[in-house]
Amino acid sequence: MLPPVFGVLFDGIAYGMLLFLLSVGMSVTLGLMNFVNLAHCAFGMLGAYVTVMLMKNFNWNFFATLPFAFLAAAFVSVLVERTLYRRLYRATDLDQVLLTIGLAFISVAAAAWFFGTTQQPVAMPSYMRGSITFFGLNIGIYRLFLIAVGIVVTILLVMTLEHTRFGAQVRAAVDNQRMARGLGIDVDRTFAVTFALGSGLAGLGGALAIEIVGLDPHFAFVYLVYVLIVVSVGGLGSIAGSFAAACLIGISDIAGKYYVPQLGGFLIYLVMVAVLMWKPAGLFGKRS
Amino acid sequence: MTASDPAAAMTPQTYMQSLSRWRVLEIAFWLATLLPFWLFPTYLSLASQIAITALFALSLDLILGYAGIVSLGHAAFFGLGAYSAGIFTKFVWGEPFSGLLVAALVAGIVGFASSFIISRFRHLTLIMITLGLGLLLHEAANSMSWLTGGSDGLQGVSIKPVFGVFKFDLYGYTAYGYALGILFLCFLFTRRLINSPFGLALRGIRENFTRMPAIGADSRAHIRKVYTISAIIAGIAGGILAQTTETVALEVLSFERSADVLVMLVLGGAGRLYGGLIGAGVFMIARDQFSGIAPQYWYFWIGVLLVVVVMLLPNGILGGLSKLTARWRRK
Amino acid sequence: MKTMLYASAAAAVLALVSTAQAQDTVKIGVILPYSGQFADGAKQMDAGIKLYMKMNGDTVAGKKIEIIRKDVAGPQPPVAKRLAQELVVRDNVDILAGFLLTPNAMAAADISAEAKKFMVIMNAATSIITTKSNYSVRTSHTLPQVSATMGAWAAKNGVKKAYTMVSDYGPGHDAETSFQAALKSAGGESVGAVRMAVANPDFSAYVQRAKDLNPESIFVFIPGGAQPAAIGKAFAERGIDSAKTKILGTGELTDDSALVNMGDTALGIITAWTYDHNHKSALNEKFVAEYKKDNNGENPNFFVAGGYDGMHVIYEALKKTGGKTDGEALVNAAKGLKWEAPRGPMMIDPETRDIVQTIYIRKVEKVGGKLVNVEFDKVENVKDPVKAAMK
Repeated sequence: MLPPVFGVLFDGIAYGMLLFLLSVGMSVTLGLMNFVNLAHCAFGMLGAYVTVMLMKNFNWNFFATLPFAFLAAAFVSVLVERTLYRRLYRATDLDQVLLTIGLAFISVAAAAWFFGTTQQPVAMPSYMRGSITFFGLNIGIYRLFLIAVGIVVTILLVMTLEHTRFGAQVRAAVDNQRMARGLGIDVDRTFAVTFALGSGLAGLGGALAIEIVGLDPHFAFVYLVYVLIVVSVGGLGSIAGSFAAACLIGISDIAGKYYVPQLGGFLIYLVMVAVLMWKPAGLFGKRS
Repeated sequence: MTASDPAAAMTPQTYMQSLSRWRVLEIAFWLATLLPFWLFPTYLSLASQIAITALFALSLDLILGYAGIVSLGHAAFFGLGAYSAGIFTKFVWGEPFSGLLVAALVAGIVGFASSFIISRFRHLTLIMITLGLGLLLHEAANSMSWLTGGSDGLQGVSIKPVFGVFKFDLYGYTAYGYALGILFLCFLFTRRLINSPFGLALRGIRENFTRMPAIGADSRAHIRKVYTISAIIAGIAGGILAQTTETVALEVLSFERSADVLVMLVLGGAGRLYGGLIGAGVFMIARDQFSGIAPQYWYFWIGVLLVVVVMLLPNGILGGLSKLTARWRRK
Repeated sequence: MKTMLYASAAAAVLALVSTAQAQDTVKIGVILPYSGQFADGAKQMDAGIKLYMKMNGDTVAGKKIEIIRKDVAGPQPPVAKRLAQELVVRDNVDILAGFLLTPNAMAAADISAEAKKFMVIMNAATSIITTKSNYSVRTSHTLPQVSATMGAWAAKNGVKKAYTMVSDYGPGHDAETSFQAALKSAGGESVGAVRMAVANPDFSAYVQRAKDLNPESIFVFIPGGAQPAAIGKAFAERGIDSAKTKILGTGELTDDSALVNMGDTALGIITAWTYDHNHKSALNEKFVAEYKKDNNGENPNFFVAGGYDGMHVIYEALKKTGGKTDGEALVNAAKGLKWEAPRGPMMIDPETRDIVQTIYIRKVEKVGGKLVNVEFDKVENVKDPVKAAMK
C-alpha cells in the first residue's frame, strides 16, 4: 500500500498538465514575440466548444475530436493574427491589453449567443471514466491520459524548437528580427505559425479540460489568471519553465486542498508570490 | 515630445508654470460634470458611480501612467478603503468625512508597507505580484466573514448626512455631489503633484528606471511615495462607494475590478490627467447603455468598442485625439 | 444650491407618484445576472417568468404587466442597488423582482424599504434578506430550511455520523451550521468538516480526502451553476462506495447537469430539496410540458420554479388589491397567501413574509435508463428555522 502522498502527487501533476497545455502557448507568444494576448483562453474555449459540438451533434468519439479542437483554434488564431494582432506588434503593451481583452469580451458574448449559457456536459467513453487501483492508490484513468498527453506535447515542442529548421527560424526571428529578415527568413510567416501553434495547444488544452472543470462561456476569463500565474512562475518563453511551473502549481493546489483545506484559495497565490520574490524572472526565465 | 514642444524655448520655471495653467477645455469639462444635476436627474446614481470609478482610475494613472507601474491588483486599496469606511461607519461613527479619513489612512498604511515590495520589481513580475497580493486580500476578506460579512456583503452601514445637512437621498443628488466634490479635490491635488518637479521625476522613471538615480532622483524612493499616494486615493474612492451604497461586498477586492479599471484607464489614455476620467465615463456609460439594450450580450459591444478604439486611436482616446489634432495643426 | 436641488427632487417625486397612479400598466423591474458566471440561472428564472405570463396572460386586475429587465452581471451590490434605484426613479416600476444572489438582493432591499416598493425574491437563499425590507417576500427557499431538514431527517433515519463538505462562503457556512445543528439536536454527530475554496475548478482532492476518512455519511453543499457538474465528475472518478458511505446534500448536487456527469456513481445520493421536474402532480406535469415546449426540450429546475411562483405571488397580490400597486397594499395581500404550485403546497408566512413549503427527500435512482431524483419522503410546512429561532 502506498501512502496518500503519491496519490496527491499524481493528481497534482495531472492537473498541472492541464494548466501546462492551456498556458504554454501564452508563454511562447508573450516570451518570444513580446505580445500580450489576454484572449489566449478564448482560443482554449473555442477548442473546447468544437469538441463538445462534434460529440453532441455528430456523435463523434472524444479522441477523434481532439485534432479538430487543435486545428480550429489554430486556424481562427491565424485569422485574428493576420487581421488584428500583427498591426499591434510594435504598439505599447497597454494597447495590446486593450485589444485582446476586447476580443475576450467578444468571445464570451459570442459563445453565449451560439452555444447558450448552459454548462456543456460531455459523455466520455466509459473506459476513460473511473479509476484503477494501483497498490492501494486511486489512479484516475482520465488523469493518466492527461499526463501522457502533457509529456508527449512537451517532448514534441522542445524537439521542434530546438532541433528543426523551423525552430531555428523562430529563435532567430525573436533574437534579432532585422537580421533574420536579412538572412531571408520570412519573419511574418514564422510568427504566424508560432502563434497558431500556441493557440492550437490552448484549444487542445480546452478540449481536455472539459472533463475536469466543465465548460461555459466564462471559460475565457476564468482560466486567464491561472494561465498568467503559470507563465510568470515558469519564466517567459521557457517551455521547460512552464512545464515545471504547471506541475508546481498543480501539486500545491491539490496538496493544499488535501492536507490544509483551511488555506483554501490562498495557497496558489502564496506559492506564486513566494516564487516570484525569490526568482523575479520565474523558475527558468532569463529576464523578467 | 514633439519638436514643436514649447518647452525647448522656455526656462524650467516658465515651463513648470505653463504646465499648470488651466485650459479652457478643462474648465468646460468640470462645468459639464455639473450638468447631470439638471439634465439627467434620473442618472445621478450612475453618475456618482462613474465619479467614484474615475477617482479610482485617476489613482491608477498616478502609478501606471506616470511611473510605469502596471498593477493588476489595485482593487486591493479600493477594497481596503471600502471595508475600512464601511466598518468604521457601522461600528464607530457614521459621519462621512471621518469615514473617508479612516479609509485613506488604512489604504495608505498598507500601500506604504507594500510599496517596499513593489519598488523592487518591474514588468510581468510586478504585475503578477500585485495580482497575487490583491487576490490574497480578497481571500482574506472572504474568510474573515465575522468582520466583513463575507460573500453576503457588509450589512448595517448607515451613513449620516454630509455636513450634517445633506441626507443621502433616493435620487442620488447628495451621492453625486459628494462623490464629485471629492473627485475634484483629489484631482486638484493630483494635478499639482504631476506638474511639480516630483511629477517630472516620475515621468523620468517611467522612461528610464536606471538612469534617474544618476541625475539625483532616487527611483525607488519616488516609487514608494507615489505608490502610497495612489493607494490613499484608491482607498478614498472605495470609501465613497461604501458610503454612498451603504454596503460593501467582496467584489470591491476582486480581480475583475482591478482589470476593469486598468481597461478604463488605457481606454481613456494612460499618462494623461483626464485619461482615467474620460475612460471611466465612456466605459461605464457604454456598458450601461449596451446592457440596457442587450442584457445578455452587452459584452460583445463593449469588446467591439475596445477593439475599435485600439485600431483607430492608439494610446487611448485622449492619446489618439491629441495625435489627430497635432497632425491637423501641422497642416 | 443643494436645497434648491432638494426642492426639485421633491417635486419630481410628487410628479412621479401622481403619474404612476394614472397608468394602467403595472411595471415589474427584474434584476438578474443575465451576463457573467451566473447567466444560466438568470436565463432559467427569466424563462419561468415568461412561462407564467404566457400561461396566465399579461393582464391582471385590469392592468397590463410590463417587465423591465436589468443585468447585474454577478455579485455586485453597488450595481444592484443602483439598478433598483434607477428602476424606481427613472422607469417608475411598481414592483422589484428577480434576485439570484444574496448580496444583490440585500442591496436592492434597501431601495424597496426606502421607496416602499413590493419586492419578490425569486432565488437568493440567505435567511435574513427578507428582514431588510418590510415590503419583501420570497418564493424560493432559504438555505437553512433545506439543510436543517436534511440534517434532522438523516439523524432520524439511522445516519448518526456525518462529514460535511461545503463551499467556503456565506451560504456554505449557513448550510454547514444548520445541517450540523439539526443533526446534533436529533441525536447525530458531526465527525469533521471541510470548506472548499469558492474559486475552485477541481474537486478531486476534497473528494479524495473525504473518501480516505471513510465516514458513515457525507453532506455536500455547493452553489448551483458550474460546480455541481465538476464535483459530480470528482465523485465519479473517485468512486465513493454508496453501500459504505451515504452521500447527502441539497438539491443543487444532483441537478440534471451533475447527474449526467456523475453517471452511475450518483445512484443512492439522498438530497433534500424543494422542486424537481419529476415531482408527481397534474399541475407539475402541465408546467413541465409547457416549459419544454418553449425551451428546446430542457427540463425546468428550481430557478424556473422560483421565477414562476414569484410571478404567481405578484398576480395574486394584484388581484387582491384590485390593481393597487403601493408596497403596503401588495405586501399585505401577499402575507398568508396559500397556493398549489408545481412543487406542491406553498404559503407566504404572514409573520416573516418568507416561504413555507414542503421539503422533499429524494434519492437518485435509475428509471427507464435515466438517472432521476425520486421523491420518497417529505416534510410538510417547513418554515425558515433561522427566523423561527429569532423569535
